[in-house]
Amino acid sequence: MKELTINIFRMDPAVDNAGKYKKFNVPVQEGMVVLDAVRYVQENIDPSLALRWNCKAARCGSCSAEINGRPRLMCKTRVDMLEEEITVSPIRAYPLIKDLVTDVSNNYEIERRIPAFRPKKGAAQPFLINQIDVTRSQEFRRCIECFLCQDVCHVIREHNTNYIGPRHAIKVASLDMHPMDGIDRSPMLNGDLGLGFCNITKCCQEVCPEGIKITDNAIIPEKERAVDYKYDPILRLARRLRRGSSAK
Amino acid sequence: MKTENSKVNGIQKKYETVSSDVLIIGAGGAGLRAAIEAFDNEASVVVVSKSLLGKAHTVMAEGGIAASVANVDSKDNWKVHFSDTIVEGVYIGNWRMAEIMTKEAPDRVYELERYGALFDRTPDGKIMQRAFGAHTYRRLCHVGDKTGLELIRTLEDQILHRDVNVMDEVFITKLFIKNNSVSGALGIRLRTGEIILFRTKTVILCTGGAGRLYKVTSNSWESTGDGIALAYNAGAELMDMEMIQFHPTGMVYPPGVKGLLVTEGIRGEGGILLNAKGERFMLRYSPEKKELDARDVVARAIHSEIEAGRGTEHNAVYLDISQKGAKFIHQKLPGMYSQFMDFAGVDITKQPMEVAPTVHYQMGGIRVDPETCRTNIKGLFAAGEVASGLHGANRLGGNSLADILVFGKRAGLAAAIYSSKTALSSISTEEISKEIARINSFANKKKGLNPQTIIKVIGETMSEKVGIVRDGKDLGLALTKIQALRKKAKNVGVSGSLKFNPGLLSCLEVEGMLTTAEAIIRSAIARKESRGAHTRKDFPKKDPKFKKNILSYKNGNSMKLKMVSVPSMPDRLKQLVKLEVY
Ligand SMILES: Cc1cc2nc3c(=O)[nH]c(=O)nc-3n(C[C@H](O)[C@H](O)[C@H](O)COP(=O)(O)OP(=O)(O)OC[C@H]3O[C@@H](n4cnc5c(N)ncnc54)[C@H](O)[C@@H]3O)c2cc1C
Ligand code: SF4
Ligand code: SF4
Ligand code: FES
Repeated sequence: MKELTINIFRMDPAVDNAGKYKKFNVPVQEGMVVLDAVRYVQENIDPSLALRWNCKAARCGSCSAEINGRPRLMCKTRVDMLEEEITVSPIRAYPLIKDLVTDVSNNYEIERRIPAFRPKKGAAQPFLINQIDVTRSQEFRRCIECFLCQDVCHVIREHNTNYIGPRHAIKVASLDMHPMDGIDRSPMLNGDLGLGFCNITKCCQEVCPEGIKITDNAIIPEKERAVDYKYDPILRLARRLRRGSSAK
Repeated sequence: MKTENSKVNGIQKKYETVSSDVLIIGAGGAGLRAAIEAFDNEASVVVVSKSLLGKAHTVMAEGGIAASVANVDSKDNWKVHFSDTIVEGVYIGNWRMAEIMTKEAPDRVYELERYGALFDRTPDGKIMQRAFGAHTYRRLCHVGDKTGLELIRTLEDQILHRDVNVMDEVFITKLFIKNNSVSGALGIRLRTGEIILFRTKTVILCTGGAGRLYKVTSNSWESTGDGIALAYNAGAELMDMEMIQFHPTGMVYPPGVKGLLVTEGIRGEGGILLNAKGERFMLRYSPEKKELDARDVVARAIHSEIEAGRGTEHNAVYLDISQKGAKFIHQKLPGMYSQFMDFAGVDITKQPMEVAPTVHYQMGGIRVDPETCRTNIKGLFAAGEVASGLHGANRLGGNSLADILVFGKRAGLAAAIYSSKTALSSISTEEISKEIARINSFANKKKGLNPQTIIKVIGETMSEKVGIVRDGKDLGLALTKIQALRKKAKNVGVSGSLKFNPGLLSCLEVEGMLTTAEAIIRSAIARKESRGAHTRKDFPKKDPKFKKNILSYKNGNSMKLKMVSVPSMPDRLKQLVKLEVY
């Protein structure tokens, strides 16, 4: 049977001073994805290998890793698309827990800081909303919280700023673009939440497995909005009026 | 939080203690909705889940939530939804649960909208609804083919903005019971390997289903039936465990994605089923409803075609939507297009898909009171897929998301009220130490048996002998096999510590999987008829003698079964439902 070689990062920071890559040989199956290979190792060779996965269908965002240096979902990356030898490492933007598993808990802390949806005052319920007005926000709601975009963002990786990162920027946008939402979060996003540090490199939207246009459709509009507010009170008023009853 | 030491037989065992009024096990739709309600009713709430917050099995739900808001078909109302649910459950579903669910589902959908969920819209701006198998009207409120994701994110947002203690990646191994009431639970925090003792007045089990007992399933990693086993061992009654839903269309190839769901929406949008000879076989099995008959009917038809040698080389049949054209498919089924393109290299706008039935849902589970979701153990509640009663012998698509919201809320409220009148009770240190020792016995074991060897055999046994079409002989063999595995399972163990050790979790799951499997098999043996999802080759007909619910429960060290009558419907509801025919 054909075999492939996979190098998997191993380390338990509580015990080891440094991580190392361990080499495993795994039988190849047609249509195999990297998660299959890593699970083969976990199930048959070393059951204590730490990894996360839930759905195996690219729907839950648990199985993020760096595969041959590129942030990807393990369950969506076919081995026949990669060179013979595969190297899997944990995503770098977060502290390591063990092997391929990192501590992503600060994402929940960030979400606590973003004001939740609050319906506009006086909006009649149940809401009447046009499909065309939900489409914009729905793009960002496809996010599976894999945090791969956070992983490639150089602001998050290399600089210690207050920027919440692309995943959370689109969260803010998804709430701001909800036609019935009564809060404007862009001043906060551009202020305390640090969007100013983003210099629109678009690396985030390149890795998004959901194909969300993070920079084009969320970050740039949110940045523009902040500029409008700062310099143009008339425009701001006009916008508010233009939002009308269904579109915000 | 405080750290305590217990000393038994001279061994020191450290653990942290977390106290609450309400401990919710599971962060799927049921668990999160329960948490909101319990918190809003002044209870202190802890939610634990074995995966990360926001990743629970519920995120995978595609088609939508069934609720008779009648935005698309104005004739729809709860009464029609009620009748569909009872009839499709083949008359062994609990009438009161069905009444509650169908009446309250619309409120729960609008409430989600108030929480910020953005559903697809009708041309006049209301929540859009789609058709699904065996629903009389277009009834499923949806967000493209990602309804579960929107549901989870919306509830997650609500939870994160409340003072609810979410402890994700904590695996619960045992419930403590004293004088037939809940006193607490024990768990491992995966991130560190620490042991946590939960002292609590109430527990709500929202642990989801058990699809992972089967080799081929659409279910996520988590669905190993843990909650069923926790409840069973605590003395709670299980009901109708034989009722396992096979979804007619799962992927079959390549092997890595075998079982992955192919949404009913494909058939809803006009996809047809063909055997290897190119015959549209549903015309033979169901001339009227054809591909859109109920799930059990279509699943059995596909199974029969494959058994008769009319399957494809991968033991499947073809599902073809290509006649609808590329534009239509890209617009209506984008998720399915990329699923087949990415995973199988199949372009569904040009080629047919290969599909076969896959284990999808567990109708049976913990027996609960319809009003409050309480079990026969005081302070122990259950909601969502882990509970039983609502769906009877077959679940309608979309009824599960309605179920988890409606009964999640009810369980949360009932637990908050119960806990306000109860005090924390003590847990014996001996029991705690015993459980900690049990957990530790699996770790750092150089010569332990790999738990996967057992899980693999469970999967094969269940898929081959407790599948879509069953018979007494095979079921008997399956039971013998499971009992033999139970002995073998005593030797499982893995290297490494308690910290983030998936092998260790498998060791802990194995016992629960065996218990759940045993309940499924024993109930399947007892039901000597064919009804809904349960088909017996040796008893091919439905039998009025078995218009019963089958209970399973622990008696000493063995499992006992009992048939009970299905609670009879009051006349006001009877008139809504057509009479059962045999
Ligand atoms: C692919 C797919 C599509 C579906 N589509 C639909 C649909 O369109 N409409 C519909 O109505 N239904 C659908 N269903 C069914 C529906 O999604 C599920 O029945 C429902 O989501 C179950 O929710 P739940 O809250 O009961 O449990 P789950 O979402 O399964 O959550 C279980 C929770 O319990 C936790 N848990 C389990 N064991 C332990 C333990 N030992 N310790 C700690 N935590 C534990 C897990 O971590 C998890 O958080 C679909 C199912 C699948 C698989
Ligand atoms: S565009 Fe902004 S958010 Fe995205 S990676 Fe670049 S700096 Fe980060
Ligand atoms: S925006 Fe895309 S890359 Fe970022 S977390 Fe969401 S799904 Fe992942
Ligand atoms: S396992 Fe869910 S996204 Fe990969």
